[in-house]
Amino acid sequence: MKSRSALQVLLVAAGVVLIQLGVSAAGKTYYLTQLTMAVYYAIVVMGLSLLMGYAGQVSLGHGAFFALGGFLSAFLTTHNFAALKSAAWASTLQKLGVLASRKNLYDGSELLTVTPWAAFGAAMLLTLVVATVIGYPSLRLKGHYLAMATLGFGLIIYRILLGTPQLGAADGITGVPAWSLGFGLSVSGKSALRVQNYYIACAVALVVLALLVNLVNSRIGRALRAVHGGELAANTMGINTARLKLQAFVASAVLAAAAGSFLTHFNEGIGPSEASALKSVRYVALVAAGGMANLPGALIVSTLLTFLSLRGWFGTYDSAVFGLILIVIVSLAPDGPLKPIGRWVQMWRGWLLGRKEARHGAA
Amino acid sequence: MALLEAENLCQRFGGLVALDRVSFQVKEGCIKAIIGPNGAGKTTLFNLVSGIFPPTAGRIRFNGTETTGLKPYQIAALGVARTFQNVSLFLHMTVLENVMVGRHLRTRHGVLGCALRWPGQRREERALRESARAQLDGVGLADRAGVPAGSLSFGQRRMIELARALATEPKLLLLDEPASGLNMKETDDLAGRIREIRDRGVTVLLVEHDMSLVMDISDDILALHFGTTITEGPPAQIQNDPKVIAVYLGEHRHVASG
Repeated sequence: MKSRSALQVLLVAAGVVLIQLGVSAAGKTYYLTQLTMAVYYAIVVMGLSLLMGYAGQVSLGHGAFFALGGFLSAFLTTHNFAALKSAAWASTLQKLGVLASRKNLYDGSELLTVTPWAAFGAAMLLTLVVATVIGYPSLRLKGHYLAMATLGFGLIIYRILLGTPQLGAADGITGVPAWSLGFGLSVSGKSALRVQNYYIACAVALVVLALLVNLVNSRIGRALRAVHGGELAANTMGINTARLKLQAFVASAVLAAAAGSFLTHFNEGIGPSEASALKSVRYVALVAAGGMANLPGALIVSTLLTFLSLRGWFGTYDSAVFGLILIVIVSLAPDGPLKPIGRWVQMWRGWLLGRKEARHGAA
Repeated sequence: MALLEAENLCQRFGGLVALDRVSFQVKEGCIKAIIGPNGAGKTTLFNLVSGIFPPTAGRIRFNGTETTGLKPYQIAALGVARTFQNVSLFLHMTVLENVMVGRHLRTRHGVLGCALRWPGQRREERALRESARAQLDGVGLADRAGVPAGSLSFGQRRMIELARALATEPKLLLLDEPASGLNMKETDDLAGRIREIRDRGVTVLLVEHDMSLVMDISDDILALHFGTTITEGPPAQIQNDPKVIAVYLGEHRHVASG
């Protein structure tokens, strides 16, 4: 068991490295930019898979949670707090590393902004609170009330972002600084750091994958699936179903916001379209395409499809393609495309082996 | 001392009175049956005891604690487990996983502990798996551990549901028509199993239509009709009670006029 999971980790790491080497060798390192973005988006999809595939709840507002994380990171790290410099607490915050002064890239003036780590922490905290407020009333009820509540939430956030000049209105926020993570690593869109950022994104995504896989294979994961399978029976087994669903929803929302923060630093900016309902529906389609309750499937399929979309493969039909994917998957392969493919491979292998054995038997 | 005490329970659904001032007690260590024709309020009574909904009026005390108005998971935590009339397994999970869910109350690691797989969590998980296996062994279905619960026969599903309920280590076990859908051999096995469960110290309260099973295993019987108590007592007394006979076979007058 242990050696098997070690082998899996090794295989995945080899895959990640091979893709980078292949892309670099082909002289197309710019592919890594879209790959990195696709991997960050896949984190949202994995979190949503926990909620949809395991807890059986749908969120139509994950784009808004992504935007919540991204915009808070962007706003706090670009807004100039210099006006507050004289306040005593400002210097305390500076000493704590929450605020830091830096040079404006364009005119060389002094800026006092929140540091990326502190902004990230604030984004996580805000998402935690917001998701709890939205999830608490709707998850106490049975049924798809969460889908409606999150849909409404997403529409509100989208409109707020579009209508708030301080957040850049329709243009969003640009000029978001690099986020140095320590150990000489930084999340940034500089083309010199492309390879490094590809690995950072993959590492973050794989850590998230590992944590979620652990979770779904534990008593909590079983309890989540039990809630999905029969809420009343789960409740009579001593599972606080309302609280468990809320925990899954909040965890899923926080992951979306974290991905938003990372991608905003990588892209050096974020626009309001991230919060649009179309984006949220796209995440739902990607969870379905990954196989609903299949976390590695969510990561792989979502990264691939998002990469193709970012490369412009689907042209002007981009959103339509994701709608089509949702319809096809739900009607033809509700377990996602990976499981049927796996079954075909098994079937063909069984068939081939069977013929071989039959020949041996005859001889 | 009585393990379960119900006092003047009333349940109304709109204009329908499902239960009307029903009081009863279940003594610790005995098997008590609730009987009555369809619509007598037996399942409603079960739902009140396990907290599926709160009673319109009346009180329930379990093991000295007032449980009126508590949620099912809170009542389960106090030591009440139940099965359902139409068997409510988690069909997309394996047989073993179903029983493991029953151990939820006896394990404690939360979201973070499980995601990070702390050493204590791994130990707990192993112990949990083993005790669930033992529980499966107890109902003779250990060889089906890895198959989806949805692929079992109805009789086997009942046994898994029983194993899952027992996995919670309850003080009181509520069985809602445990023999319905079982053949005679399976019903016989069930009778032995229920006695065994009582002998291990678990109090059993059951709703059942199979009168030979009820008369065979019960220490005490509560007979309901249209939401009211007709009588209460040991099997021998119930069998000869004219009111019970009238309810089940109809009164002469009614037959004549009908």
